[in-house]
Amino acid sequence: MSALLEVDGLRTCFPSSAGALPVVDDVSFSLGRGETLALVGESGSGKSITALSLLRLVPKPGRVTAGAVRLDGRDLLPLSVGEIRRVRGRRIAMIFQEPMTCLNPVLRVGDQVIEAIRLHERVSVSEARERTRTLFVEVGIPDPEERLSAYPHQLSGGLKQRVMIAMALSTRPEMLIADEPTTALDVTVQAQILELLRKLQRERDTAILLITHDLGIVNELADRVAVMYAGRLVEVAPREALFSDPLHPYTQGLLRSIPGLARPGERLPEIPGVVPPPDQWPTGCRFATRCPKRFDPCADIQPEEIEPARERRVWCHEVERMLAIEGAR
Amino acid sequence: MISLEPHVWSNLMVVALVGVGLGVVRAIRRQRLWREAAGALWRRRRVAIVIVALYVGVGLLDSIAWKGGVPEGVTGVLPNAPLTLIDRAFLDTREASYSAPFADREFYGGRPLRHPGSHWLGTDILGRDVVYMALKGARVALLIGGLTSLIAIPLALLFGVGAGYFGGRFDDVVFFLISTLASMPGLLLLIALIMVMGRSTFSVCIALGVTSWVGFCRLSRAETLKLRELDYVAAARALGVSEPRIVFRHILPNLAHLVVITFVLMFSGLVLSEAVLSWLGIGVDGSWGQMIDGARNELSRDPIIWWNIFAAGTALFGLILSVNAVGDAVRDVLDPRTLREDR
Amino acid sequence: MAAYVVRRLLYGVGVVLGVLFLLFVLFFTVTEPDDIARKALGDKVPPAVIEQWKANHGYDRPLWPWQDWDDNLLFDHYRRMLTFDFGKSDADDSPILDRILDGIGPSLSLTVPLLLLSLLAAIPFSLLVAFFRETYIDRMGVFLCVLAMSVSMLLYIIGAQFLIGKVLRWYPISGFDPDPTMIWRFLALPLIVGVLGSIGGDVRFYRTVFLEESSRDFVRTARAKGASEARIMVRHVLRNAMIPILTQVVLSIPFLFTGSILLESFFGIPGLGSLTVDAIQGNDFSTLRTMVYIGSLLFIVGQIATDLSYGLVDPRVRFE
Repeated sequence: MSALLEVDGLRTCFPSSAGALPVVDDVSFSLGRGETLALVGESGSGKSITALSLLRLVPKPGRVTAGAVRLDGRDLLPLSVGEIRRVRGRRIAMIFQEPMTCLNPVLRVGDQVIEAIRLHERVSVSEARERTRTLFVEVGIPDPEERLSAYPHQLSGGLKQRVMIAMALSTRPEMLIADEPTTALDVTVQAQILELLRKLQRERDTAILLITHDLGIVNELADRVAVMYAGRLVEVAPREALFSDPLHPYTQGLLRSIPGLARPGERLPEIPGVVPPPDQWPTGCRFATRCPKRFDPCADIQPEEIEPARERRVWCHEVERMLAIEGAR
Repeated sequence: MISLEPHVWSNLMVVALVGVGLGVVRAIRRQRLWREAAGALWRRRRVAIVIVALYVGVGLLDSIAWKGGVPEGVTGVLPNAPLTLIDRAFLDTREASYSAPFADREFYGGRPLRHPGSHWLGTDILGRDVVYMALKGARVALLIGGLTSLIAIPLALLFGVGAGYFGGRFDDVVFFLISTLASMPGLLLLIALIMVMGRSTFSVCIALGVTSWVGFCRLSRAETLKLRELDYVAAARALGVSEPRIVFRHILPNLAHLVVITFVLMFSGLVLSEAVLSWLGIGVDGSWGQMIDGARNELSRDPIIWWNIFAAGTALFGLILSVNAVGDAVRDVLDPRTLREDR
Repeated sequence: MAAYVVRRLLYGVGVVLGVLFLLFVLFFTVTEPDDIARKALGDKVPPAVIEQWKANHGYDRPLWPWQDWDDNLLFDHYRRMLTFDFGKSDADDSPILDRILDGIGPSLSLTVPLLLLSLLAAIPFSLLVAFFRETYIDRMGVFLCVLAMSVSMLLYIIGAQFLIGKVLRWYPISGFDPDPTMIWRFLALPLIVGVLGSIGGDVRFYRTVFLEESSRDFVRTARAKGASEARIMVRHVLRNAMIPILTQVVLSIPFLFTGSILLESFFGIPGLGSLTVDAIQGNDFSTLRTMVYIGSLLFIVGQIATDLSYGLVDPRVRFE
């Protein structure tokens, strides 16, 4: 079965006084139907921009400068404005991090969901309204009939996010991009939203591209994980494989620093240093400045993609070297 | 209070201004943020900044005055009156009445001029050279804009920051004061103040100051309220830093960019207001507004006399446009979002 | 909501009282009744005449309540102003209230069309400029605005009077005729000048509002839903921008009554603006005092109306 979404060599640049900086640099991954891929990284790793690039929503002055984004084989990047609008919200929907500000404060939430439906389907207002009400029930909004006429400020953060999810799924898209959907919510609400996403995905067979920095969420929802650092992918693997046997030093550092996995009384391990800003990226592997396994080629040469096992991809000289040693045995 | 003659004050002010200017330049060069902002500003608005500098230069030249040194045979000038550099450049250019630009005869009557062909923009009804009058207006405009802002902004900061930081009764009083003053239509209040205080330059400046401080006071109060809640202020307080120190070291520097923006934007508004006041007869002597007012009826004569309105209007427009252009760029450059990117 | 309305009204009343006090201080203490009399009658007039004049105009009583609790200027001032008993002009003894009532009509006939025309001209322009933000259309638009804003209103008036009134002779330079068929000929020029003079600042302000609203998160959400830029502009941005814009409009309603001082006096329209200018030139303090009071009163009413109108436009305020 071919993948639903294939991202190939995506590069998105932002202009700066130091020239055009590739905030998303040669990123390639695929997403299968009904699958959940988590895109993980720290703030500033480029994961949000990657998500926005898929739908060509990159805020000016940034632009996608290279690569292809194939939805069912059809590249979205060269499409006309009208054509990409038919994809947005219809085949690929997106929900964002801050439910507080993502809904229009002067319009009723019901109307905003109805708008999402009627932008893509020729249905009457009352039909759309009925569908919205049903959706509200599905996403677990209590008193759905009343809530249709509510304004955003009358709803809690969790309810607003449910509305966003309802809005996103109202047109039965094949794929949902969720950019840190629970980061701004309370911990208890987080769990509910995650549960909701899982349920809806099962019922509708929607693929999900989940952007997050929280490895706990990754563990809950993801089938496969892609780790990003400073604009580039460093490792892609199925969830279990990543958690049990991380290959890239960065991934290893991330997993070691999860408080839940540490032993009490011991100092929590951390990755020394900070993420370099885009204008200070080294010419070689971007993690070289902080990598404990760094050796000669790392600072100057970009590591190539290697496939150490089925469905696993890594970008690391050290892993390459280890594989070569093992292969020679 | 030492009693010095006005022109001596004027000279001292020039020295003080130059000193302050140098001090400001030094302060800007020491802080990276301001240095970069200044550089960005220069790149974006070179022409406008040069034009403003020219006006300031003319204004300064017109502020340096001393007595005596009047050559023989010059009419229309009191021998012991203080004359500025600009005055001296145009010392003996008085004619009897109107003349057109570059003309050699009077406009009405055709009598020959004393300085034929040398009046670039002609003369007014009293025979004064129009270029001279336009140049003299520069100092007046800068005085109105600059001096008034110097009154209004510190006043606004004092009350605004005080009210925002200390809150309580003081805040209630200040807020009520602001509401009351802001409820009186600006132009009307301005007129009332001037009618009541007299029509000297000083009272016009005071009146303009009183009607302009309210806006910035509200703004600085709102900003102070926000800044007061920031974590690092709470941390400073927890460390036992004294209140005045907090205000001066933590709150005020964060309002500096607003001060600059407000100053530049207020400036043009004030000069334009004075022009309206001049038209109403209660403006400052020697301003471009007064020139326009005096020459207003000239356009309805036949043949038309257009050069004094042209000179005053262009001079006014030139300064205001340049200041507005610089002001826009200042606002963009000092936008807190741009400033914070470096942190 | 009702409690908020009451509180707002009470505060407004407080401000009115404060304004009246400020006016009293300005007009009775900073400038003495003696000076006012001298300005009206001339300097060389004998003291007895001055006293008589002061008695006629009600200036002959003590200023402060503690000087005479039954008959003092402060209480008198408050009583009369609050009951709209404005008395007579200091300059020509005409009843001020009558002159005000006469002047309202002409003032409104100029300022109401001016407000509507300004809105009609400025909003489409600013929508256009905001829609094409960051392109050369936007930059040209902003540049033109700054240009237009830098020209003094005086120059617009003089220029328009000269060009259109004298050279082209399309409309009369000044004058007024309340007859409905004639009135537009006299209003044409002041309306053109008024719109020209304010359009620069208006467009810049509205453009800023539109741009700010355009960069909000919910616009990104709408775009991600697949809405077109035009739809976003009208349905999402404009609706949110209406809140600050409406504030501006409601705040300017009081000034509809006080009239435009410059426009009326330049174009000879006998409204409240002309009345104010006459008061200045005639040293007529009592009329000036009254005009400032009326202006303030209307402004305060306008502010209260604005605050309350938020409730209608912004659902966040309505459902507290």
